[in-house]
Amino acid sequence: MAPIIETQKLKKTFYIGEIAVCALRGIDLIVEPGEMVAIMGASGSGKSTLMNLLGCLDQPTGGSYHLDGIDVGGLTKNEYADIRNHKIGFVFQGFNLLPRTSALENVELPLFYDRKRRISDPRRAAVEALERVGLADRLHHEPNQLSGGQQQRVAIARALVNRPSIILADEPTGNLDSHTSIEVLEVFQELNDQGITVVMVTHEKDIAAYARRIVEMLDGLIRRDELVSDRRWARSNLKRTGQD
Amino acid sequence: MLQLTNLVRAAIRGILKNRLRSLLTSLGIIIGVSAVIVMVGIGAGASQQIQQRIASLGTDLLMIRPGALQRGGVSRGIGSATPFTFVDVDELKKRALLVRAISPLVRSAGQVVGGSGNWNTSIEGVYPAYQYIRDWQLAQGEFFTERDVKSRKKVAVIGQTIADELFAGQDPIGERIRIRNTPFTVIGVLKTKGTSAMGHDADDIILAPATTVLYRLKGGIYVDMIYASALSSDRMYESEQELTLILRDMRKIKEGDTDNFTVRNQAEITEMASSTSEVLTLLLGSIAAVSLLVGGIGIMNIMLVSVTERTREIGIRLSVGARERDILLQFLTESIMLSSIGGGFGILLAFLLTVGVNRFSNLSAVIQPGIIILAFSFACLVGIFFGFYPARKAAGLNPIDALRYE
Ligand SMILES: Nc1ncnc2c1ncn2[C@@H]1O[C@H](COP(=O)(O)OP(=O)(O)OP(=O)(O)O)[C@@H](O)[C@H]1O
Ligand SMILES: [Mg+2]
Repeated sequence: MAPIIETQKLKKTFYIGEIAVCALRGIDLIVEPGEMVAIMGASGSGKSTLMNLLGCLDQPTGGSYHLDGIDVGGLTKNEYADIRNHKIGFVFQGFNLLPRTSALENVELPLFYDRKRRISDPRRAAVEALERVGLADRLHHEPNQLSGGQQQRVAIARALVNRPSIILADEPTGNLDSHTSIEVLEVFQELNDQGITVVMVTHEKDIAAYARRIVEMLDGLIRRDELVSDRRWARSNLKRTGQD
Repeated sequence: MLQLTNLVRAAIRGILKNRLRSLLTSLGIIIGVSAVIVMVGIGAGASQQIQQRIASLGTDLLMIRPGALQRGGVSRGIGSATPFTFVDVDELKKRALLVRAISPLVRSAGQVVGGSGNWNTSIEGVYPAYQYIRDWQLAQGEFFTERDVKSRKKVAVIGQTIADELFAGQDPIGERIRIRNTPFTVIGVLKTKGTSAMGHDADDIILAPATTVLYRLKGGIYVDMIYASALSSDRMYESEQELTLILRDMRKIKEGDTDNFTVRNQAEITEMASSTSEVLTLLLGSIAAVSLLVGGIGIMNIMLVSVTERTREIGIRLSVGARERDILLQFLTESIMLSSIGGGFGILLAFLLTVGVNRFSNLSAVIQPGIIILAFSFACLVGIFFGFYPARKAAGLNPIDALRYE
């Protein structure tokens, strides 16, 4: 089976006037289907930049990127948009929900742009996605009526509603307390168990331990790439905290 | 492409989600559109009124003044501007065949005392034919006669305003009034004509024999001008020609020399008045255009202020898989809907205002269909342009750049 993510010498340089900032200086990364990868690294090491490239939200200035066997570099704008729609679920650090729009409508949004209509009943799919992240009772709340953790879970529901093959999450637990963080991780582990590939960025070793594999970045390069030896399970941890 | 129903649904959501912005935008359009329609309507109504009043003066009216034709204050002739006398009037009356009636006009003005009050008004000294020429009807009493003119009798026919001011409800016939200290007997009251073509009260007037006014009130031997009525309104030009020829002969003006008098007909006067009302329409129109512009700038401001938010929204939509076209179409649909709803309400408001103006003020407004279309399309263009502006800027960006927009 082909890797779901395969990058070769992936580079991204930002230009601020004359000054060039090399955010990524040649990333070689392979992620197989079904993996759950945590990306770690110091602030400014290029994690978000990499995620944006992987999520097809931004374009590299060098190297190549194959997503699910497709060379993303050769796609037209529309094909690019469709890839974002069908294959990728992206969870932003800052949520990026539509303001003054209910949780349900926010989650429906990707289905609205799904021109293959793979899902016949968008409303039901959106409700199911929200149920899955434990927000069945918040369908009609707007983002400013939800807590940070709840907003994050709406964002996750939006990312998974289109049945993507990969979920990319940039610091999904960055704004959450440890209990809520573990709840979010439970969702990711569950999705991962169902075969969806998950790549997430985190600063915390504790969080990274819920993944199967940790990739550590430094100054726009991958410094370390290893499997998690003592993987944590959100469900059992939640039970334990519940008993406390 | 997305289905149209979906697009419209998304657009309606977009409008409802941003109630305040939508409201302010449409308000700009509503005000702009209705202001233009109503203002131009008032201008058009005013010109129509002027035209009607001029037409009511009589279509066969001819006016003769001493002096060469003047236009824009520049004299075109050099001959002396000798005024006319009663002798001239009588000779014209005898010689002109294409003229039905003729009368001098001796203008005077002053204080009138009588009945229970006094009043400052204008006095016109005329021949009885003047009643026919200017189509004055009598409400009461009678008009003076040729004999009254000959004998310089001190009789007066007063306008409705004078009757009201001096006699307030009492019968003025047979009463004495003093015009600039000369006693006159009121023998008739004119039927009301309302506001005149030039906008003043046409009933604020006293008519008296021309000779009486000239010799007893004004002094001198000259009349101010001569009014005539052409034999038929479609032969105005011939009547005018005839009068001109007779006058040239009377005054012994040589072939090739310019006239030292002016004969004007109703058509020329109408033309003058309508150019005045055109200026009026233009003025109101430009005020309206300014308000439309201000409305447009208002819309622009609102739209530009929301560009940041909208660009982020576009970033979110792009990041979940919207294509450039989807975004463009959604924003286009949204701004077209908003603008046309606003424009529609603007037209509605204009109709209501027009009805109000016509009912509750003495202006009259006439809605001009051309202006409706013009105002509506201008407002819509502004609304659509600035509603569409964020989409045009952001839809082609990488999602991440749209999301980062500040
Ligand atoms: N749009 C941009 N323009 C210019 N430079 C940028 C831009 N985005 C990122 N950079 C630079 O690229 C580098 C990597 O940024 P990135 O956001 O990927 O870091 P990060 O690892 O996600 O950091 P953090 O953990 O703080 O989120 C930084 O030095 C940053 O200044
Ligand atoms: Mg980051």
